This record gives sequence, structure tokens and C-alpha cells, in this order.
Amino acid sequence: MWLPELPPFMPFMIIALFVFFSRGPLVTVLMLAAPLWGALNLWQLEQGLLWQVTLVELQLMPLRVDKLSTFFGYLFHLASFFCIVYALHVRDKVQQLACLLYTAAALGAVFSGDLLSLFIFWEMMALSSVFLIWARRSADSYASGLRYLAYQVISGLLLLIGTIFYWQEHGSLVFTYMSLQGTGAWLIFFAFGIKCAFPMLHTWLTDGYPNATVSGTVFLSAFTTKVAVYGLARAFPGSEILIYIGAVMTCFPIFYAVIENDLRRVLAYSLINQLGFMVVGIGIGTELALNGAVAHAFNDVLFKGLLFMSMGAVLQMTGRINGSELGGLYKTMPKTTLLCLVGAASISAFPLFNGFVSKSMVMTAALNQGYDWIWLALLFASAGVFHHAGIKIPYFAFFAHDSGIRSQDPPNNMLLAMVIAAALCLAIGIYPNLLYQLLPFESAYQPYDVSHVLAQTQLLCFAALAFLWLNVKGLYPPELPSVNLDADWLYRRLLANVWLTLSNKVWQTDQHIRKIFLDKLKQLLALVAKYHRPGGILARAQTVGNMALWIAILLACSLGLSFIGL
Amino acid sequence: MTKEKAMPQKGRQEEKYFFDKPENVRRVIHSLVVICVLLFALDFVLHRHSSHPWEHMPGFYAFYGFIGCVLLVIIAKWMRMFLKRPPDYYLKEKQGDKINTEQTGKAGGKDVAP
Repeated sequence: MWLPELPPFMPFMIIALFVFFSRGPLVTVLMLAAPLWGALNLWQLEQGLLWQVTLVELQLMPLRVDKLSTFFGYLFHLASFFCIVYALHVRDKVQQLACLLYTAAALGAVFSGDLLSLFIFWEMMALSSVFLIWARRSADSYASGLRYLAYQVISGLLLLIGTIFYWQEHGSLVFTYMSLQGTGAWLIFFAFGIKCAFPMLHTWLTDGYPNATVSGTVFLSAFTTKVAVYGLARAFPGSEILIYIGAVMTCFPIFYAVIENDLRRVLAYSLINQLGFMVVGIGIGTELALNGAVAHAFNDVLFKGLLFMSMGAVLQMTGRINGSELGGLYKTMPKTTLLCLVGAASISAFPLFNGFVSKSMVMTAALNQGYDWIWLALLFASAGVFHHAGIKIPYFAFFAHDSGIRSQDPPNNMLLAMVIAAALCLAIGIYPNLLYQLLPFESAYQPYDVSHVLAQTQLLCFAALAFLWLNVKGLYPPELPSVNLDADWLYRRLLANVWLTLSNKVWQTDQHIRKIFLDKLKQLLALVAKYHRPGGILARAQTVGNMALWIAILLACSLGLSFIGL
Repeated sequence: MTKEKAMPQKGRQEEKYFFDKPENVRRVIHSLVVICVLLFALDFVLHRHSSHPWEHMPGFYAFYGFIGCVLLVIIAKWMRMFLKRPPDYYLKEKQGDKINTEQTGKAGGKDVAP
């Protein structure tokens, strides 16, 4: 071939280097070239290719190409392509470099064959992605970015410590299936769990993503969590605990999403809900379920990207993102409205949209394996996701009451990126084999049969009817400017307050001890002053005559004594 | 996509703003209700294979979707009672500092086109 074979992360790294030194239209060309060159390079790499390096006594595999990693590789190239198109108008070197390096790190992570390389890319992902939050350049996003970074670095440290334990237990660093036994595996599991937004470990996502820049959020939504899903699918398929974790992840965020005001945060909650479906699929661990999980990861990047892009467009054009301040935008932003509706229908898994062809795989697998209650929970979550992402997002942004805002549709590059994502959502929904042929396992799954289509349509239409009924009755909770407490309250408020109280106590004790010491010192000084102050007994000046007289008296005494004694 | 979603696009070309007319809103509501009734009726017509005993019940998915969503909203509303805080809740944590109100405006950052 006429191109050198490179590890998939290299094209992005090289382009990032060039972007650093160039300016103007050249940057645009380079940015667009990165995913194209990357995809071409990936297409050249043969399945089963393995690069091995021996470092001291460690066997490392910085590149491993197999079906699972290739699947995520293509997904990330696709995601970075439409994200870059979406961000083409951005003239901010920090964001441009951050997104290239972030994509490179994500690609490096999915193609690492050993845990140490994985750790390096894991940390690189954290360090590059945080700049997409900081690039918003506000005090809010700075603080939020710091919290985000803290979580990511903790996840990285857990991965490193887990790797060391794992190496001691197994004598190998190969990143492959590991059962949940031993300290090493558990630590690695939690490292993945943080990035996968497990319940209670999820707040970095709902805190960080809505605080990132308009285009930064789209990048963020595509990579970090999907790398975690890849990690879980690689290392822990069939771990039963994942089924229950995943079921909780599908259900709890939808409640928050209903009462959340910031529409990009609603999408962040709904991202956790979608991750839940993938985690359940990985936990079930059959070929159908794993296929469903990774297919859903693929589709989620498309429709969640599309939704984040449409809300980004709203934020960009109106300067507002709170549901309470928006409404009636369909009047002047018809294209954005339509594209957002495609994303909403896809995430809600309407037949003919891509969510349907992957979500139903996971649900069918849950039923096949006899997880009835999990299936019911997933069904509830499916109705719920339609409620908050499918109806609430478009309804409060584009319809509802007229906010009086008359913003136009966003620049063409943003529209084009959304059109690409929407077209893919529809293409995969109508012709699912496009996606199925890329899946890691052979599958004969058929999403479109009468039972499935009818069941899903009924579920969704009656969910819509419920929304309508609640709205007509005035029972639907209005959008209110507010903050809802979540697990981040524990460290943003409770821990902060405990720390404040503790440091106050230390400060008070310190003050008290200082005061006692000062009092004692003052007493001592008063004593000294009493005798040494002007006119004090020890401070009186003595005249020479006086001294001579005293000496004369002393001498006289000693003379007298000598007469008596001798 | 449901019918209600596709309509505003078509409507825009004919008149100024589609949902400004109350009869259009009513039309959307009515069509959704009709669709729901039809879908419910289909349960009695079409034969469905099912893997779970509950799926045999006619209208299981319809009821589950409706009741699930009503419960979802009611519980979420109830959660607001103890979860809702004013928007500047976390800004107040900086005791002694002046609260930085400039950030509540949520401006779009530096993404502005040149």
C-alpha cells in the first residue's frame, strides 16, 4: 500500500502536531484530513495484527487489531469526523488540539493489547478531554473541569494499581477476559466503572458535560464512556453484577432528567440511561447480548451526538440552554428542530430509527436468559427515555410556550454535521445490516417482526399519550430554574462543609492555644516591666557616689568582721 | 416518528407559525389519540409471539407505557420536594467570597464564529 501502516492513534497525533504549527484555512483542511487518513489507515490494518514490545521484563502490546477493537475504531473515526465538521467554525487552538489528542487517546485505548498501554492512553484521555471543559473559560467550567479531572485521574490510578496487582497475581499484562476475582480485577473493574458512570460514580458526567463548550460536549459524549464500555466488554463479559448495575443505570437517571432544567444536563442523564442498556448487555454476556451492547454503543454515539449537537446549536444561537428560558424555537430554527426530532426518535427507539435495532437486541437477550425483572426495568426505562429525551428535549426547546427568541438556524457546518448523524441514524434504522455486519459476533438477529414493532410502537405512543394527558391536566412539572441534588452533593456540600467545620475547629483551637500562650507571655512581660520600668526597683540609676559609699560600707563590714573573727 | 412531530415542518410553508393556531394543536392531539386507539385495537387483530407470560395480555405494552410514564413523572415531581435547590446553591459554598453571578448567564463560551 502507498500509506505506511501506523497504529490508529498516530494519524491524529501527527495531525495535531501540524495543527499546532499552522493557522488559517490550513487548520480546517488538516482537521478534516485527520479522521479520513485515520480511517484509511485502519482499513489497511489486518485483523489479528499484533505489535509486541519488550520493556525490561514486561511484554507489552501497544497495538492489537481484532473485531471488537476494529468496531470501536471505526466508530471513533466516524464520531470524530462529524464532531470535527460540527466544530469547523471554532477558532480556538486549545479546543482543536484537545479534540485531536482526545480522539487519538481513545483510539489508542481500544487498540491497546496490554494494561500498561491502556493506562497510558486512559490518562491521556483524561488530560486532553478536560481542556474541552476549560475551553469555555468561565469560573464555573474551571471548577467543574477540576472535579472532572479529579474523577478521571482517580480512575486512572485505580487502573494502574489494579494493573500492578493483576501482574503480581497472574504474571501477565495482557488485556483480555478477566473474571471478577482478586484485588487486581476488582480495582480495574472500578476504574472502568468510574468512566462508565456507574451509579454514585456518575456525577463527573452530569457535572462536566453541560459545562463544556458547545462542540466540546459532542466530543466528550462520544469517547470516554464508550472506551469504558469497550473495556467492560473486553474484560468482564458475563459478570452478573453488571446486569444489576446496568438496570439501576437505566432507571435512576430518568427521574432526574424529568426535573432537570439545563437541557444538556438532561442529555447527560439520558447518556447514563443508555449506558445502562450496554452494561446490562455486557453483564448478560451471550453473543446476542454483547452484539446488542456494542451495537447500542455505536448507535448511541450517533443519536446522542445528534442531540448534543442540536442542543449545542440552541446554546450557540440563543445563548441559553435552560428549558425554563427556551420555547417556540421551531418558528425560526426549523432545520435544527427537524434534526433534533430525528435524534429524539432514534434515542427513543422508534421503528425505522437506529435505537430500535440495537436496544431490542439487549431486551430480547434479557428475556431469553430469564431475567424477567431486568426486562421490565428496561421496558420502563425505554418508555422513560422517550419521555425525557424524546419528548421533553424537543418540546421545551422548540415548542412549549413561545419564549420570544427568534434565533436563526446555526452555521452550515453545524447543520451538515447534524445531517450526517441524522442520515446515519435513519440508514442504520432502515437497513440494520449496515451495522450488523460489523459486529464482533455472527448474528442472525432480525429486529423487524410484527411483535417487536407493534410492542415498541404501542409502548412509545402510550408514553406520548401519558405526556399529553399530564400536560393537559397541568400535572407535568414545569421547568424551573434550580439545581437538583445528586451524589455530587456528597463532596460539593457535605464533604466541603465537614472540611470547613473541621478546619474551623482546628483554627479555633489554634487561636485558643495562641491566646493562652500570649496571656502567659503578657504576664511575664508585665512582671519584667514591673521591675524594669522607669522607676522600677531594678531600673533605678545608681550614682557613682552611692556605689562608692556602699563599697566603703561593705569594706567597713568586712574589716569589722575580720576583727571579730580573728 | 409520530405524526405530531413531522407536522410543524409542513405547516410552516402554508402559514406563518403552525402551532399559533389552536385548531392545529387540537388536530395533533386528536391524531395522537386516534393512533393510540388504533394501536390498541391492533393487539386484538394481530397475532404476536411472546416470550413472557405478561406479553399475552392485550394492551400490556400500552398500559405499561402509560402507567410507567405517569408514575415516572409523579415520582420525579415528588423528588423535587427534597432535591430542589436554588440555582446558585453551589455558588454560595464559597463562604465569605462574593458570589460570582456573572457565570449564571451560561454564555456560549468562545465558540463564536469569526
